[in-house]
Amino acid sequence: MAQETRVLLEKLGTPDLLTVKGYRAAGGYQSLEKALKEMTPERIIEEVKKSSLQGRGGAAFPTGMKWSFIPKNSPKPVYLCCNADESEPGTCKDRVIIDENPHLLIEGMLISCFAIGSHMGYIYIRGEFHRGAQILMMAIEEARREGLIGKNILGSGFDCELEVYRGAGAYICGEETGLLTSLEGQKGYPRNKPPFPAISGLYNSPTIINNVETLAAVPSIIERGGDWFKSMGSEKSTGTKLLCLSGHVNKPGVYEVVLGQMTLREFIMDFGGGIPGGRKIKGVIPGGSSMPVMRDEDLDVKLTYEDIHAAGSSLGSGAIIVMDETVDMVEMCLLLAHFYEHESCGQCTPCREGTRWFVQVVDAILKGEGHPGDCDLLLDICRSEFTSICPLWVAAVWPVRAFVTKFREEFEEKIRNGKYGKKDQPAAMAMAG
Amino acid sequence: MPSMRETCPEKVEDILRRFPQRKSASIPLLYLAWEVYGYVSPEAMEEIAEILGTSPADVEGIASFYTMFPLKPLGKHHIEVCTNISCHLVGAQPLMSHLENRLGIKSGERTEDGRFSLQSVECLAACAWAPCLHVNGKEYQKVTAENVDELLNSLD
Repeated sequence: MAQETRVLLEKLGTPDLLTVKGYRAAGGYQSLEKALKEMTPERIIEEVKKSSLQGRGGAAFPTGMKWSFIPKNSPKPVYLCCNADESEPGTCKDRVIIDENPHLLIEGMLISCFAIGSHMGYIYIRGEFHRGAQILMMAIEEARREGLIGKNILGSGFDCELEVYRGAGAYICGEETGLLTSLEGQKGYPRNKPPFPAISGLYNSPTIINNVETLAAVPSIIERGGDWFKSMGSEKSTGTKLLCLSGHVNKPGVYEVVLGQMTLREFIMDFGGGIPGGRKIKGVIPGGSSMPVMRDEDLDVKLTYEDIHAAGSSLGSGAIIVMDETVDMVEMCLLLAHFYEHESCGQCTPCREGTRWFVQVVDAILKGEGHPGDCDLLLDICRSEFTSICPLWVAAVWPVRAFVTKFREEFEEKIRNGKYGKKDQPAAMAMAG
Repeated sequence: MPSMRETCPEKVEDILRRFPQRKSASIPLLYLAWEVYGYVSPEAMEEIAEILGTSPADVEGIASFYTMFPLKPLGKHHIEVCTNISCHLVGAQPLMSHLENRLGIKSGERTEDGRFSLQSVECLAACAWAPCLHVNGKEYQKVTAENVDELLNSLD
């Protein structure tokens, strides 16, 4: 049976971990010292590139490569923004780091700032994390008192400030450019790319945006080397990954695993302790609500970014949501459609109107007021997926398309048995109508 | 009602000092207004506009964009129930219905005595400890229709 491999969560449970003293006693801040005193920024970026660390927020972009996009000798200040907006339904991993080991994130941010030539890092944390924001602010304050933040950190000559910025309830601010406009004090409207944030981000300055889990992986890479990190996992899914297991499992939780050691089904059954009541699985969303749902028969796929991608979905943020055989997939589709309708910022017509249209059509089907042809209508709306400024519209399209495609029989049955269904005709004919 | 610059000038100044560009202070100032007045009042938004050198309409646009900012007074105990997928799968709907029945209000409303307000919200990132709700921002995990009365009774 597969086991957890704890790197990011390794120190959890050691005493006083929320304090600098406790974190140091557990070996913390040694990587920062090593980075500032024994390494150059270029060396750090090389090491992170060597590790093949990919962004843990959902898009899985290579971190070292992202860092290398920062222009050299920029006349403008360079910013690092930590994306702690953790809002993708099903995802609850970053908060474990924030709540239980905040100095790991701070250490990761300081090393990353040094690597990209930044002297100012912002942690954009979702407003609902009241406690997390408090913990981070206290940790930053203490680190500043201990000479770990501010001027001449650890006597190295490197200056760096960190600041917490609280969001206030907007999923769109987890999108990196929405995060930046929000941090600039505006409505969190995403911006067109290019220019990419590495060239023109926060306050039109070069900016790197990294997820909490990504930044928290940096100290271990500095401590043990990129080769060590890469030695874990598969070719394209290196290191460890925090997985959030929720829904219909006996033991939901956040687990840190090496990818490639087990299948998706083994993870669900072993770590999740099986399905309540011994029921069967109907579907699994493997990477947060935006990722296409998978059917039970497709779950024997290796748990890596590349294998799940090849199976037509994505590991995304690492949020695995399990739905058992009692679940009404039309209802789930509506619930997610509602979410994206609520969270669309309204800038782009396809997203603003499309998310609403999804809700109207799926709601009608669920109420027994769907029309034959509605499934094709939904799939037709999905065709405009790449027509918006940011990926929120894509994120709304993928679940709807997947639910309709993979559980079409449930949608058609509701239409058939509803007010406008042609009850005396076989499904195929009703669909054609 | 005294302004924020009258009641807590040092907090306003501290917020303004934290950012290289003044406008970034808008969201922290809206939080401060919420803290000072119990909600984000029209007068507070006018004051924030003045501080930032922008229009009240601009500030109201920002305040209403972010769902957390209350534009009207909340109950003494503001209950936010996650109704998104992971909570939904393990009983958020019965929990919400129970709260609506027990409190006699729907989502978005406040009880007549002002003690409770109720709001269904999107994912609160407590998916592995679902169902989840917040009371005045404090998180409670694994709350169900069966055990929520205990929590309600513990609130004064």
